[in-house]
Amino acid sequence: MNFEEHAAKALLNARGLPVPDGHVVDTPEAAADAARALGGPCVVKAQAPAGKRGKAGGIRLAASPAVAHAAASEILGMTIGGHRIERLLVEEQVPIAAELYAAVLCDPESRGPVVLFSAMGGMEVEEMAAADPDAMRRIEVEVAGGLDAGQAAAALDGLDLDGRTGAVAQFLSGLFDSYRALDAELLEINPLALTGDGRLLCLDCKYTLDDASTGRQAAVAETGAPERMTALEAEAHDNGLRYIALDGSVGVLANGAGLTMTTMDAITHFGGRPANFLEIGGEAYTKAETALTILLKNPNIRSLLVNFCGAFARTDVMADGVVQAWKKLGPDIPVFFTIHGTGEEDAVALVERELGHRPYDLMDDAVLAAVQAAAGRTGIGPGQGAAA
Amino acid sequence: MILRREHRILVQGVTGKQGTFWTRAMIDYGAAVVGGVNPRKAGTDHLGLPVFASAAEAAGEAPFDVALMFIPPAMARDAAFDACEAGAKLLVCLTEHIPLHDVMEMHAAARANGTRIVGPNTAGLVTPGESFAGILPAFNRAVFRPGNVGVISRSGSLGTLLSLVLTQNGFGQSAVYGVGGDPIIGTTTREALEMFDADPRTEAVAICGEIGGSAEEEAAEYAAGMAKPVVAFVAGRASPPDRKMGHAGAIVSGGKGDYHSKRKALEAAGVAVADVPSDIPKLLSARLRAAA
Repeated sequence: MNFEEHAAKALLNARGLPVPDGHVVDTPEAAADAARALGGPCVVKAQAPAGKRGKAGGIRLAASPAVAHAAASEILGMTIGGHRIERLLVEEQVPIAAELYAAVLCDPESRGPVVLFSAMGGMEVEEMAAADPDAMRRIEVEVAGGLDAGQAAAALDGLDLDGRTGAVAQFLSGLFDSYRALDAELLEINPLALTGDGRLLCLDCKYTLDDASTGRQAAVAETGAPERMTALEAEAHDNGLRYIALDGSVGVLANGAGLTMTTMDAITHFGGRPANFLEIGGEAYTKAETALTILLKNPNIRSLLVNFCGAFARTDVMADGVVQAWKKLGPDIPVFFTIHGTGEEDAVALVERELGHRPYDLMDDAVLAAVQAAAGRTGIGPGQGAAA
Repeated sequence: MILRREHRILVQGVTGKQGTFWTRAMIDYGAAVVGGVNPRKAGTDHLGLPVFASAAEAAGEAPFDVALMFIPPAMARDAAFDACEAGAKLLVCLTEHIPLHDVMEMHAAARANGTRIVGPNTAGLVTPGESFAGILPAFNRAVFRPGNVGVISRSGSLGTLLSLVLTQNGFGQSAVYGVGGDPIIGTTTREALEMFDADPRTEAVAICGEIGGSAEEEAAEYAAGMAKPVVAFVAGRASPPDRKMGHAGAIVSGGKGDYHSKRKALEAAGVAVADVPSDIPKLLSARLRAAA
């Protein structure tokens, strides 16, 4: 789960990490009021859980409340990274002496946390790494142990930090603590400003909460940006299912993420286009009926491909769900099955008995039939389905 | 390590619905299951196996090599600590949706205790004709059959499909290694590939990759130096970017981890990449003929 800048900054501020003074507003008038309250030059920043807001024109400097009002008028309603801008963060302008970079994330290779730091902040990490590989310092941290400021200071050796190495080390230690306390997947401060008067301030912040930790971080997750979903995606989500809307005409119902992606790939390979990603593997294998109900609400579906390769997900249980839903809903499209794995014999017999379809032995044959039916290239009509 | 008949297995969470279903299947298959763990049912028997309060307690009375976890996400970390500290050589972690920070702590405990973790979010291991540990239908002989192809898969369902396709075409599997669909896993595709390279019963390897992360690129680096033929299928060519495709690890983000970079890396390393899983047997036959 991603967070808008203001929400991430509020979390950091509550944990003692320094952020500029600012106000969240949603009208130009409120932006002007906020500028007045800050009492000096300010920055008007579009709020969206997406990067590159500056390049998109969503961040403006404002020397006065009137300019803040004008900037807010222009930014509100813009679309940045697919997000419509409905909120702004109006912040004090900070006298910047240097822009630094700091981040904490999990390294798949060491399987533990790594703190990244560079004295060349303000640009993209990739650009930084390309500009000077040695400038990016990496500190591997024992996950349960915390980052000692002394260890951090040692890793900063040789960097010109204007005599503020100790303060930066202290900051990194606190940042690591926040990474842990917030169950962060990523916590990135870019830039981290070193001000003319020697302070460190988080000018921008990217926080991603680990999706598997939203339950135990319920209060934090409340302030996050919900994933943008279509109505069907949201309905599936509320039912504990992962549905992703696509623009094709062959409906996909499969178990397991890998098999579902593969089914989409095969549909594309044989000249069709998948209408959706929807998988009922793992603990969701009892939800075939709910899944099918959601899937069939997509008006673009011309045929349905059911591909089960059961491991944990028992195909007999999944097939029973599909059969029940099919009988209840009576959809006016042809359906094609291929079923293997756990519970295969019962599942195949059930589909044959209840729907009069014999599941295809080979996945490719089922895919091809579904693709052809969606394109209207076969004589298979509604309700007749497939015969192997 | 490749799972063998003699490897003794302890099942954590043995008494639950899934633990019971799969443990029974493992016992019927011939796997050396020596006991289970459930603190609330310690001292009882289940499926004819002794139930212990902890892996630590089991280690004294029913020594084991492999711990297999049927444990919900919120309790997975502590169960893993227990298994690692009890001296498990291998910990097969089936659990999906474990909080990332717990996963990192599990890996740290494994490092400290010399335990190899497979997973999290793996479907487990199958060595056809010998043993299995996990939630793959090893008992389905239309899918799994003893043979000489090592199978590595991030996804359980896709590993099952690939094994099926091999079996339908006259091949069998020396072993099937589910490495798991999570982004931070204990045994990577590359490490599994190294194991199959060292395994005398494996003559070729089939990799089922998917979009997201860099597991396939890293495996390709190793495959480039292998004498045994390697073939691969990478799932997710038709998936949209910036969406998590079911697996936490399956996301193309900022142009990284996409299908084409993986395919390019694998092909540059001499790995034959199939457009659809059904092409794998053809590619495998051609490579094995060329190697012979």
